[in-house]
Amino acid sequence: MNFFDWEFAWEILPRLLDASLKTIGITIAGFSIAIVLGLFLAVGRRSRHRWLSWPMTGLIEFIRSTPLLIQVYFLFFVLPNYGFNLTALQAGIIGIALHYACYTAEVYRAGLDAVPRAQWEAVTALNMKPLNAYRKVILPQALRPILPALGNYMISMLKDTPVLSAITVVEIMQRAKNIGSEHFRYLEPITMVGLFFLILSLGLAWFVRRLENRMELAR
Amino acid sequence: MNELLPLMLQGAWVTVQITFFGSLLAIVAALIGALGRLSPIKPLRWLAIVYIEVFRGSSLLVQLFWLYFVLPMPPFNVSMSAFNVAVIGLGLNIGSYGAEVLRGAIRSVHEGQYEACQALNMTAGQRLRRVILPQALLAAIPPGTNLLIELLKNTSLVSLITLSDLAFRARQLDQATLMTLEIFGLALVMYFVLAQIINFSMRTLERRLARGRMRGGMS
Amino acid sequence: MNASTPAGETHNSTSRANEPELMVQFRDVSKHFGDLTVLNHLDLDVRTGEKVAIIGPSGSGKSTLLRALMTLEDIDEGVIMVDDEPLTHMPNASGNLVRANARHLRRVRGKVGMVFQSFNLFPHMSTRQNVMEAPVQVLGLSKKEARERAEELLAMVGLEDKLEHYPSQLSGGQQQRVAIARALAMRPKVMLFDEVTSALDPELCGEVLNVIRRLGDAHSLTMLMVTHQMGFAREFADRVCFFNEGRIHEQGTPDELFGSPQETRTQEFLSAVTQAS
Repeated sequence: MNFFDWEFAWEILPRLLDASLKTIGITIAGFSIAIVLGLFLAVGRRSRHRWLSWPMTGLIEFIRSTPLLIQVYFLFFVLPNYGFNLTALQAGIIGIALHYACYTAEVYRAGLDAVPRAQWEAVTALNMKPLNAYRKVILPQALRPILPALGNYMISMLKDTPVLSAITVVEIMQRAKNIGSEHFRYLEPITMVGLFFLILSLGLAWFVRRLENRMELAR
Repeated sequence: MNELLPLMLQGAWVTVQITFFGSLLAIVAALIGALGRLSPIKPLRWLAIVYIEVFRGSSLLVQLFWLYFVLPMPPFNVSMSAFNVAVIGLGLNIGSYGAEVLRGAIRSVHEGQYEACQALNMTAGQRLRRVILPQALLAAIPPGTNLLIELLKNTSLVSLITLSDLAFRARQLDQATLMTLEIFGLALVMYFVLAQIINFSMRTLERRLARGRMRGGMS
Repeated sequence: MNASTPAGETHNSTSRANEPELMVQFRDVSKHFGDLTVLNHLDLDVRTGEKVAIIGPSGSGKSTLLRALMTLEDIDEGVIMVDDEPLTHMPNASGNLVRANARHLRRVRGKVGMVFQSFNLFPHMSTRQNVMEAPVQVLGLSKKEARERAEELLAMVGLEDKLEHYPSQLSGGQQQRVAIARALAMRPKVMLFDEVTSALDPELCGEVLNVIRRLGDAHSLTMLMVTHQMGFAREFADRVCFFNEGRIHEQGTPDELFGSPQETRTQEFLSAVTQAS
């Protein structure tokens, strides 16, 4: 390919790799929070107290139906008016984590619902303590659909991190744009970033599929 | 609030247009992608796989930036309006997810339907057009609805390629008036309302198409 | 030769003088699924207009026999003939038999019709549309002609008041009757019935068996049926074949096979079946 400037690509690679660390870091941090936060949201949604479950359901549905970009704008621009001064990175991570916590909450709910009713009845009949019931019987079965679904959402989150460039977080996409406008060559940086995401997401997807297969065997 | 509304509604109208045309492209791309993926002709199948994996695997924003920044420059020299970039980028992106949804829906049609068509001596083309696709399209409506809402949410990203959609207007108004809470809050609500309209329309469509027949009835 | 046909029964052909003596022939047919031999050097001749019932233990390959005749399964060895023509094979330029191509298959397949255990009606079409679909698409009938044929056949199976209903609104017995009408609409020379009452509640079997009986009495249609309904087979079939381990173990008239089975296996099977009922 004589229109792809390989020398230029090689030249900008270090800068891109540097920013890629930030992208990966945001994903790991954001998803770790999303996993835990989602659990709280899911439990709240399942609560028998209507004053808790209804607002939770409303919040989850609202956040899932609205764009991540606006939610991140909200955190970055609105909160400072109320005293919460977050850096772009902080607002970005919290925003993306909150957004995906609503997805993980649904994953938990679907996973628990998928456990056959007979299992719940069995633990009651065996008079198991709730903690044991969850640890030994319910959760292992619920994890089978939950883990792959979580894996897929983490891949989605990775691909969503460029949204944070809108609030001045310099992750890999923003870095590529900067390089592009500096040298007035966009083909190499943006294509390389595209490949970055493609390779990572295909690789992670392969992992998730392997995980899925291993969990099928444990049936 | 009254000063905000006209401009926000203008932006919302752009959002609606992009969503509409993007959806049309996505449906066409999904059909071609799914049929290509299932085709017995190897080159067609590989083409479909490449399309699906590349557009699903890389980040949407990267795809939009690629179309917006890279295409106008040599060696491609294709200049498109931001609107066209938006429709094509979003349509092809969601279309790749749609292709997988449709492929799953086609595979969910009972084997017996294929055997009945064979016993009635129908050609593969007649079978696909008259028996398989109608059933598959109906089955694809629930996951398809989610994809359409994803598309709606993703339109917010076109504000980053300077298209004056709802997200762009919100940002613009925020910089002008600093009524941050009202603006972004209103934007979120408007997206939410649009999402519910999509939900409602698709549910109505599904009910009309199902026309008294149970899904999952013996066939 | 046929005498006058009953009013409304326009289905069958008028002259049987041009029909071959043997409508269906299985010649040394074998089929394997991996290590499992499902059809084992099977020979079977069915005369034109004959009603043959095939009984036997589950999993012995009875359905595969019908499915191979309907070209839903390929066979590994042997030849199947329909209407004096090879089905699975075709003559090449030098007159030798080679594997049939798609065009040949489509032409000969049209002579065979099949009704399935799980009905397989098109759920997104009404009863009438289900029956009309193939005649329009495959036979090229006009919508008007196809509609007339559909209404006639559906009246024959007793469902003239259910034309606009959808399969999900019909009982199992009604759905199966629609399936029979749908298969008949293609004017096949051979009708295959693959355990067509096995998925029905007992009280719904009768209406389907009655339709089959009326069909058999009125037309000289060649019929092959795989069935567990021993009573029906006994009174309806011209010949009963006991199928076991991939081939016809024993066959004869209903009286012969049910009354005085010769082979041990046949006797064991029949006594087990009568014990269960």
